[in-house]
Amino acid sequence: MAVSSPPVYNRLSLRQRLALRGIDGVTILVLPAVLFLLAVFVYPFIYGLVLSFTPKEGGMFANYQKFFSDPFLYDTILTTLWLAVPVTVISIALALPIAFRVRLMTRQRLLTTILVLPVTLGTVLVAEGLLNYLGPQGWFSRTLMLLGMIDRPLKLTNNYWGVFSSLIITGFPFTFLLTLSYVTGIDPALEQAAATHGAKSWQRFRFVLLPLLIPGLAIAFCLSFVQAFAVFPSAVLLGAPAGPTRVISIAAYQAAFEQYDYSMASAIAMIMATVQLTIVVAILAIRNLFYRGSTAGGKG
Amino acid sequence: MLLASSPFQEIRLDRMSRAFGSHNALKDVSLSIRKGEFIALLGPSGCGKSTALNCIAGLLATTGGGIFIDDKRIDTLKPEDRGFGMVFQNYALFPHMTVRQNIGFGLKMRSVAKAEIDKRVEEALNLVRLQGQGHKLPGQLSGGQQQRVAIARAIVIEPPLVLMDEPLSNLDAKLRLEMRAEIRRIHNQLGATTIYVTHDQDEALSLADRIVVLRDGEIRQVGVPSDLYERPDHLDVAEFMGYRNRLTGKVVSVDGARVSVSVGKATLSGTARDSLKVGDAAVVAARADDVEAGQHSEHTVEAVVETIEYRGREFVGTARTVEGLELVFHAPQTAALGSSIWLAIDPARALVFGA
Repeated sequence: MAVSSPPVYNRLSLRQRLALRGIDGVTILVLPAVLFLLAVFVYPFIYGLVLSFTPKEGGMFANYQKFFSDPFLYDTILTTLWLAVPVTVISIALALPIAFRVRLMTRQRLLTTILVLPVTLGTVLVAEGLLNYLGPQGWFSRTLMLLGMIDRPLKLTNNYWGVFSSLIITGFPFTFLLTLSYVTGIDPALEQAAATHGAKSWQRFRFVLLPLLIPGLAIAFCLSFVQAFAVFPSAVLLGAPAGPTRVISIAAYQAAFEQYDYSMASAIAMIMATVQLTIVVAILAIRNLFYRGSTAGGKG
Repeated sequence: MLLASSPFQEIRLDRMSRAFGSHNALKDVSLSIRKGEFIALLGPSGCGKSTALNCIAGLLATTGGGIFIDDKRIDTLKPEDRGFGMVFQNYALFPHMTVRQNIGFGLKMRSVAKAEIDKRVEEALNLVRLQGQGHKLPGQLSGGQQQRVAIARAIVIEPPLVLMDEPLSNLDAKLRLEMRAEIRRIHNQLGATTIYVTHDQDEALSLADRIVVLRDGEIRQVGVPSDLYERPDHLDVAEFMGYRNRLTGKVVSVDGARVSVSVGKATLSGTARDSLKVGDAAVVAARADDVEAGQHSEHTVEAVVETIEYRGREFVGTARTVEGLELVFHAPQTAALGSSIWLAIDPARALVFGA
């Protein structure tokens, strides 16, 4: 038998070579999204950044110098944090135990619907409702007065507490659903294993469930925080926009539409973004210290 | 490690029951387990064996009866207060803890001193042959290693009772045999009282001191492995223990425990497991090992070969009788598909049940 040399194949086709690098026909589908992002996010962001460094008067950093030298402006950062952080922490603290209970329920859909409703109603409707309900002539104060628990209406609107409750109501469902998905993602066998090996309910939470939940809770915190930090409608409608609830977005709004200083407004927006980014990066850095792998108990 | 530190004589299930709505998943299960015994709960899926295990562990509340360690009632206790060890089907290792932390978990919950925990975890690691793996996370281990960690975690607390819920069902065939031997070895070494749930009769036969066969939430038979294998009390237990061939006919003669049954044109005989008299309808049950292809005689059944498999030492096939009954048989040499063969059933091995 004659010795025949093995056949030589052509080089891989372009399509095969691209596929090896993970690029195939589906990749083209991301193009519209990329263009959209460039047009409505990246370009305006860079435009705003540049605008913030070209103030109406003064040097490049004049807007930033102005912001950080005027307490009326720089106090808005603290005011906003003073709303956003407690709202986020309380939302998560409320969501966690409820999620643990709901996890065991067979009819989750009804409850989920009830909880999602406030999100769909929108901030303004919730704010209007709260103005009526929590206002000086509202049912809340009237009921408490009727029960003799207080003798004059509680002041719960047009101040910190009005904005606070509105943020909780509109932010909680979001936080809750996110938390619920993390809680239900933990294999129930892990809790059972902890229980059979002698862990009381507090120990099961402390040593098994919480460590597995922390990465998820960190994400829930970041998203809820960013949402609360951008508060605007309820701070105006339910708060005291000139004083205790003069949040940073109000300062930006006033700069842009009352003083027509778009450059200053851009600078405030950049400061706002930096504060949010700092908090989010800090939280994610803390998250990295914890176990972040699978929350399943093993194979199968 | 000394399991002798749990001073008790027996664990007793007294008419333990569990209902889900109107469905009784467990009905009056009564069983007494001696200290050190290895009990297998065997049954098909849905027979209530996992329900029984979860009730004993306390993960599921019972709806009737009681569970006792000697005279102490424990079915009213929470799972964490029962002090049992449990090996779960999917291992349920804590993914964020190292192997060492996983194994030491039960001791830590019991506030055992750090030095003592370290010592006992080390012993447990040696016992399950995972020396040098203690620092890894469960995700970095193979299935068989994860299973060893789960076993170590359950036994390190020296529980009066170790519960195992189909611990080998997620492993591949080779590993399953290895771990089976491993579980047997660990049990021999420690003598921990064990309840082992499985649907695999081979596992039950090779591991258990006694096997409890469950069906529809009720105990059908309790016995040592050879009892169940050779002398099942009921046809369904026999079926589950590998008596796959069942031929229905009429009893033609009874001689003590020996019974002859006419099946079609053939007369088959076997050992009676029910009291039978001439003329009764009866079922002859036999394993594939005891049905052999051979020469025609009045004790053989004619059947047409449908499948035939090479098994190394011999051939195993299925054949269908003229009545349409499928029989599993073995043969020293192969047979052509579609050909007629004569199947003889070993009368010393066949069992006869009332139909």
